[in-house]
Amino acid sequence: MSRKKELISNIGLRLDGRRAGELRRIRCKLGVFSEPDGSAYIEQGLTKVLAAVYGPHQVRGGRSKAQHDSAIVNCQFSMAVFSTGERKRRPRGDRKSTEMSIHLHQALVAAIKVELYPWTQIDVYVEVLHADGGIYPACVNAATLALIDAGIPLKEYVCACTASLANDDIPMIDISHQEEVMGGPTLTVAALPMSKKVVLLEMSQRFHVDHLPKVLKTALQGCVDIKNILDVTVSNNVKEIGSSTRWGNMT
Amino acid sequence: MFTTKSFIKKNKIGNFLKNVREHYIRDDIVCGFSSCYSCQNIQNNQNIGCSKDNFSSNHVNRCKLVEGNHYLILDTNVVLNQMDVLEDNLFGNVIILHTVLNEVKHRSLPIFKRLMSIIDNPSRHFYVFTNDHHKDTFIHQEDQELINDYNDRCIRKACTWYHRHLPKEKFVFLTEDNESKRIALEENIMTFSMSEYVHNLSDKHLVEDKLAKVSSSFPFTGKDIYQAHMSLVELLEGIRGGKLYQGTFKASRENFLEGYINVDGFDDPIIVQGREGLNRAVDGDIVAVALFEKEHWTSPTEIILEDEGVVEENIDELVEKEKEIKKAIKKKGDIKPTGKVVGVIRRKWRQYCGILEGGIEGVYQLFVPSNRSIPKIRIETRQAEFLKTQKLIVTIDSWPQNSRYPHGHFVRALGVIGHQDTENEVVLLEHDVPHSQFSEEVLRCLPKLPWVITEEDESRRVDLRHITICSVDPPGCTDIDDALHCRIIDDNKLEVGVHIADVSHFIRPGTAIDLEAASRATTVYLVNKRIDMVPELLSSNLCSLRGGEERFAFSCIWEMDYEANILSTKFHKSIIKSKSAMTYEEAQLIIDDKTKNDDIAFGLRGLNKLAKILKTRRLEKGALVLASPEVKIHMDSETMEPLEVEVKKLFETNSMVEEFMLLANISVAEKILQDFPDCAMLRRHPTPPSTNFDPLVKAGKHLGFDIQIDSGKKLAVSLDQAVSDSNPYLNTMLRILATRCMLQAVYFPSGTLQKSDFFHYGLAVPLYTHFTSPIRRYADIIVHRLLAVSCGADSTYPDLLDKHKSSDLCQNLNYRNRMAQYAGRASVAFNTHLFFKGKIQDEEGYVLFVKKNALQILLPKYGLECTLYLSKKGDESLFVYDEEEQTQKAGNVVFHAFDQVTVRVSLDSKNIQHEKFVLQLVYPYIEGFSVKPLIESEGADKSNMEQQTMDYQDKCNEQVSTMKKNKRKTQSNNEKRKQKKKV
Ligand SMILES: [Zn+2]
Repeated sequence: MSRKKELISNIGLRLDGRRAGELRRIRCKLGVFSEPDGSAYIEQGLTKVLAAVYGPHQVRGGRSKAQHDSAIVNCQFSMAVFSTGERKRRPRGDRKSTEMSIHLHQALVAAIKVELYPWTQIDVYVEVLHADGGIYPACVNAATLALIDAGIPLKEYVCACTASLANDDIPMIDISHQEEVMGGPTLTVAALPMSKKVVLLEMSQRFHVDHLPKVLKTALQGCVDIKNILDVTVSNNVKEIGSSTRWGNMT
Repeated sequence: MFTTKSFIKKNKIGNFLKNVREHYIRDDIVCGFSSCYSCQNIQNNQNIGCSKDNFSSNHVNRCKLVEGNHYLILDTNVVLNQMDVLEDNLFGNVIILHTVLNEVKHRSLPIFKRLMSIIDNPSRHFYVFTNDHHKDTFIHQEDQELINDYNDRCIRKACTWYHRHLPKEKFVFLTEDNESKRIALEENIMTFSMSEYVHNLSDKHLVEDKLAKVSSSFPFTGKDIYQAHMSLVELLEGIRGGKLYQGTFKASRENFLEGYINVDGFDDPIIVQGREGLNRAVDGDIVAVALFEKEHWTSPTEIILEDEGVVEENIDELVEKEKEIKKAIKKKGDIKPTGKVVGVIRRKWRQYCGILEGGIEGVYQLFVPSNRSIPKIRIETRQAEFLKTQKLIVTIDSWPQNSRYPHGHFVRALGVIGHQDTENEVVLLEHDVPHSQFSEEVLRCLPKLPWVITEEDESRRVDLRHITICSVDPPGCTDIDDALHCRIIDDNKLEVGVHIADVSHFIRPGTAIDLEAASRATTVYLVNKRIDMVPELLSSNLCSLRGGEERFAFSCIWEMDYEANILSTKFHKSIIKSKSAMTYEEAQLIIDDKTKNDDIAFGLRGLNKLAKILKTRRLEKGALVLASPEVKIHMDSETMEPLEVEVKKLFETNSMVEEFMLLANISVAEKILQDFPDCAMLRRHPTPPSTNFDPLVKAGKHLGFDIQIDSGKKLAVSLDQAVSDSNPYLNTMLRILATRCMLQAVYFPSGTLQKSDFFHYGLAVPLYTHFTSPIRRYADIIVHRLLAVSCGADSTYPDLLDKHKSSDLCQNLNYRNRMAQYAGRASVAFNTHLFFKGKIQDEEGYVLFVKKNALQILLPKYGLECTLYLSKKGDESLFVYDEEEQTQKAGNVVFHAFDQVTVRVSLDSKNIQHEKFVLQLVYPYIEGFSVKPLIESEGADKSNMEQQTMDYQDKCNEQVSTMKKNKRKTQSNNEKRKQKKKV
């Protein structure tokens, strides 16, 4: 009967006090490590993800994989043992990680201008430090920031967001773990928010076709909102770095 | 678009997992007063909702304790304990804090639902203030601080905030907890207890009666009558340690000092007896029970005891009855685990219907529930004289150790005792039947009149108006859901059609009317009242397939050969025009009348022939023929009093219609399961566990029949063979018993069970559903929608395909159906009582069970089951009980199960609450026990018996007609007796 639980109270607040269209608090930072070419850290609510980017560099382990017209993007997803309430060892190559890595690849390839770097490889590592719903979006968003930090040319930001239906009726955005467990199906969307191109779409369970358009619209709006937040961070970061070289004062 | 708020994390530490959740604090939550400028600004800036008035300036709370108007803030315990008071319209302008709302939801879901319905009612002016997300009223939980203390602190914080936020208004905090009150007063919050407040209301009406007596305000301070309960911690420890057992307490209906506790893992329920054993458990409570040592185990007493106590302090009579239980000899073979209740884990107290015990003076009254499993309840009232004429609702508040009866309070009065309307209300309430008027919103969903069939409708439906279709129903039926036709299409083929009212055309998913119908689940039939599932315009007009009118139908059409083999099946929506709406009897007459040779007669004969073949085939496969005496009560249309009670007559045509409905349901079930393997709504009838059949097998054995129960087929065959020449009713009696062994048939979505569990035991078919009565059953509407998708006539919607939603829906349908069935029976029972009022009649009956001190007698003519006591109180019984053979013997008369008897039936109205039938034995005659037949005729031997009852019936009818002339119900018994003598 847990399905009967209402995720939005009759005064319009979700369990954690958000309204239907509000994202969780996002905090992010570029350049958190010095060793990789680019890195970023993001918090979306309590979901925390680190991303690191190496490359573009020579293709490792046999040239045969290298492509003459584009760079290879290699994604690796992993979860820290302490990332969920229950401590669990997660081997690198398990089914979930592999699937996540593939999905990540799909979203990133759509944004990176891979054709600029033929015969090379770009490695993207993401690690979930704490999981509280919306892991995949946080990974995509962190990877985007790390790619920017690495200075790899992108067509535009690639952002991801989840959406679901509260009380079978009201679309809501950025689903927390608690809401994932108690609620119905969740839709995950990765998109290029400026050109409004959807690059990945995933449903945890089947949505009825009547519901899908409004949930999709909500998730896309979420991607746009996230992009705006990331944008602020990136420009602040540019100003900060630039201040030492006086770039920040140039307009 | 959105604002990121500063937030504070809230840790919730579970058993093993550390759970961290976010908790956002907001600055856009308003106080709810439209006069508050600062909050108005927030609302305007944020553009949140409309600024409707949450509080009313018209409603003024007046209490002598507070000067002028004020607003109320409630503590959680007030909501939990004093719901009946809060539901009174006197209370308005109340602030419900979110903290309180959450606590209530956590503690009691039923109370939460009631609170929500008050909050949702705009005329009550209850406003929810989200204090736990408000930037000024949120506070951190301290380390080590108990959740209750923290919540209390949150509530006080909110009180103080309101006081400061709106200094011009007065806020009053109500709590039941003395400690909370003390602290709140210290913090300068105006605080009262609920009873203080209510007793000082300026216009208190009768609200005082509704106050829950939690802190035992009764002035009885006698010695402890019951043993103390163990604390919850001790109980849980005992259960974990295997010393105690947890189970649901079921009170015996026959013996108020006996009950059973069903415990998982035990084959038999644990018996508890007497004050010590029951120890204040009330029917339905979840209790902890301690088992006795094996040598103290006992057997069910099988005696019938009633609580005759009227005075709180006096328990002599109780002690006397406990002795009686002890006396009842233990049956060796029937020793069952026995124990005593040592504590209650969860009370399942609810509201009960009943009346006041007569003859008690003063404000403390004793309430007698109509449900015999519930003990009498002590209440305090200032309107006892009025309430004694009324049926009322009372709820239990507490049951202290020193009180013989639980303490409760009056909730509301339903109407004058014995009135049809009141009793209908009681039946509907007791069975949780939703029966309020359809709301405006629902009625707005109805089609506008005049209703016309458009060209578009015609283009989408198959036109069957030219076909001779007719309907066959019971007399007086206005909600006709089904019609039939049968015609020759070529030399060796027949076309047979079942046409069902197209209700799903009018009731669209998700509309108000749909939600209402889903909640009601079924139409409920009382003797003189029908509570419709859908408004009358649909049930009796637009959906009803009335004769000579064009209607929409959902048709199931078969091609069959003359041997009733199905050659093809198709489903489609159609337009039909029924040629005639007949009763079973009329249809039967047409079939039998050889001179009639029109299309209708031909169709009916064809259907009848096919139905017989279908039925034979079905029975061969092992379908059961069960019996339960179904009675019909003839009502005087003017006075609404029952004129006559009779067993329903059955014609061949009854079975004809039934066969085709079954066939249609089976065909539809196959079709929807094929297209919706996960969410088809089906109906299954589980195979009963073999222990269910024990009474049947036992009864059979005593009569010399071997009842086989290994399979439905074997049961059907052995029931067919159990025939006695000397007692033609014996077979029916066995079938009545067999019916009682069955489980309830239930609806379920196909995705939730294995295919082997879809089986319908009673009908012996692997798949079944309900398609044929959408006007009065909601399940059929769902099935129609599924089938409509299957044949491309309609589209799906989200809930239809959601397995879990369907599962929840099925649960409601099953519950409502069961309740509707019980309500129907209760209504028949009440009217039978009414019919017997002031009458004394000799009636034919059969022994259903032989008990230790009584015979259970079935009166088939009335469908009544009554008890014939074999010994009077205190007297030595003339009868000898043989437990092995299940007989009672007096002299040379021996009673077996199913023996025919004649009994004198009268209604004992001394106690109007428990008007009960009193039986006296007439035949066989036993000196010193039986009574002489009412009408002396020469040689009252058995051969005359039938003639006699016939005579008697005529006389009764005469009597009834005189009664009708008088049209006075208040005729005294004496007068009627005089009339009888004249006759
Ligand atoms: Zn305000």
